[in-house]
Amino acid sequence: MIDARGLSKRFRDKKRGEIRAVDDVSFTCQPGRIYGLLGANGAGKTTTLRMLATILEPTDGTALVCGHDIVERPEKVRSCVGFLSTATALYPRLTAQELVEYFGRLNGLDEATLKKRVDDIFNRLDMNGFRDRRCDKLSTGMKQKTSIARTLVHDPPVMIFDEPTLGLDVMTARTITAFIRECRDNGKTVIFSTHVMSEVEKLCDTIGIIHDGKLLTEGTLAELRAKYGEQDLEEVFVKVVSAYHSNSEA
Amino acid sequence: MNLHNIGCVYRKELTEWLRDRRTLISTVLIPLLLFPLMMVGFSSLAVIMIGKAEKETPKIMVLGGEDSPVVLQKLRTLDNLEIVPATEDWKRKISEKEIRAAVEIPKNFQASLEQSKPETVQIYFYEGEIKSSFGANRVEKFFKDYRDNIIKNRLSARNIPGSILNPFEVKQKNVAPPEKVSGAALGGLLGYMVILLSMTGAIYPAIDLTAGEKERGTMETILSSPISRMDLVLGKFSLVLSASLATAILSLISMGVSFALLGKSGAMSSKDAAVMQLHIGLPTVLAVFLMALPLAVLFAAVLLTIALFAKSYKEAQSYLTPMTFIVVIPAVASLMPGVELTPKLALVPILNTSLVCKDIVAGTYHWNSIALIFLSTCVYAAAALFVAVKTFQRESVLFRS
Repeated sequence: MIDARGLSKRFRDKKRGEIRAVDDVSFTCQPGRIYGLLGANGAGKTTTLRMLATILEPTDGTALVCGHDIVERPEKVRSCVGFLSTATALYPRLTAQELVEYFGRLNGLDEATLKKRVDDIFNRLDMNGFRDRRCDKLSTGMKQKTSIARTLVHDPPVMIFDEPTLGLDVMTARTITAFIRECRDNGKTVIFSTHVMSEVEKLCDTIGIIHDGKLLTEGTLAELRAKYGEQDLEEVFVKVVSAYHSNSEA
Repeated sequence: MNLHNIGCVYRKELTEWLRDRRTLISTVLIPLLLFPLMMVGFSSLAVIMIGKAEKETPKIMVLGGEDSPVVLQKLRTLDNLEIVPATEDWKRKISEKEIRAAVEIPKNFQASLEQSKPETVQIYFYEGEIKSSFGANRVEKFFKDYRDNIIKNRLSARNIPGSILNPFEVKQKNVAPPEKVSGAALGGLLGYMVILLSMTGAIYPAIDLTAGEKERGTMETILSSPISRMDLVLGKFSLVLSASLATAILSLISMGVSFALLGKSGAMSSKDAAVMQLHIGLPTVLAVFLMALPLAVLFAAVLLTIALFAKSYKEAQSYLTPMTFIVVIPAVASLMPGVELTPKLALVPILNTSLVCKDIVAGTYHWNSIALIFLSTCVYAAAALFVAVKTFQRESVLFRS
């Protein structure tokens, strides 16, 4: 499970001065449930997820991932997290199998376990046809499968997806959303970020709306609809964001 | 630090590196082909050009001398010179290579000789033009022989033996062993080449493993794996160091083979070949290599750090290309005659190693400076590696945008 407590990240920018990319964000994600971070570009989704995956260090606050503190034990956290985003590319000159094996080894799997795990994943994802093909020769769909295999090789209890369907065609995007559901059904803790309303409506058990680095509201889809008196999630989103702006101006 | 993880990163980077065609070119092909092409190519070209120049019968213009038919006649009978009729624009003809040289015979030359009046025979040629020099040399030789003959005749006419002109001989003789001779000629070059190539060999992998990784978007992937950033940078560093050493070793081998072939090919006169031959044993090569090792560590760490700042391949290239000049300048400085190792220079990185390699190849081992240089370079290398590891921990560098 994930327990974020007052996560904050400030960057220094030469032109704009200090930027609060993420500002005191707290939330909890439960195993077997999908938490969706919904927000516009630049809202702080990626920074939040990168902090949870310990790729970035928070300026303030912390989070517990599988009981490990992301500031104190970042390596422990990474070994129980699978991280997938459109930015996480594959090594072009490794074959699909070599790539998955590499990440298995970095996760400390011994060779026997690794072989079994790799065979299992390649069978399950129907990847045996391009096992020995170099990643730079794979189609987008094959690349996505290889990325999924990479995040699964150490069987992590927590999955973090940062806009995983960004720029993908419908069919490839469906592979990803199906995979996200499968993770939930297998009892994993899943958090994913997107700015696509329909994905959130279809997938998420809990929705958090993030804007300007702050988590403005959260709840199940039904709770949000009831709270803001709108059926359409997009309308809910606009209401939340414009309420925030009129508050901060006042 | 986890050796298993470092090894894991190293093996993966090695696999990727070996599969890159650019690697083959920059690390294997260039060092292997550069030396044979450069040395054998240039020297045999020079030999061919000189041979051609020597074979040519130069056209020589004789100015004046109508009143000295004896000399003129002798000149005409020479079969290695072609005498052409005098014209007004002889200077232009030399410049434009229509003739190779001109010789001016003073008025009443023959008469002056008979009266033992000193005269000057002037030879005109184009300096720097090898065929013109050859022509002028032949004319000069002819006149010197002619003069010697006249002296001989005059002496014998007075019954004086020819040895009176040479009461004693003066000669120079070399006592330096052959490796010292070749050391002076090549020692600087050898050290310089090892240093330069261990640097150029590291540039490409340093970029590929840092800025290249950012550009391809794999940086975020690898950072999300449990490996610590220290292990990651050490694994990458090991590969860059290997590449640098591989380039240096391959070029050393290639250089040795080229010299050996050149010496045997007979393309050069035996004297030149003796100077060019590497009289360098394996211990010397190993010593040079040992001295260059901490320097290669320094290069690998510095290049890795700088390349990490770049966002893209191109940006990294524009940072690292000037580095080549920074390395070339001290290395070239050590090749200058008269630049010798002093305790102060022994602390200047690159220059010190270059100088000490020159000494080692020449067969001189100053143990104090060797120790000082090795240790100081090790300190610089360790500092650079420390900076590289620290830089890899900085988010602002890893995610620079």
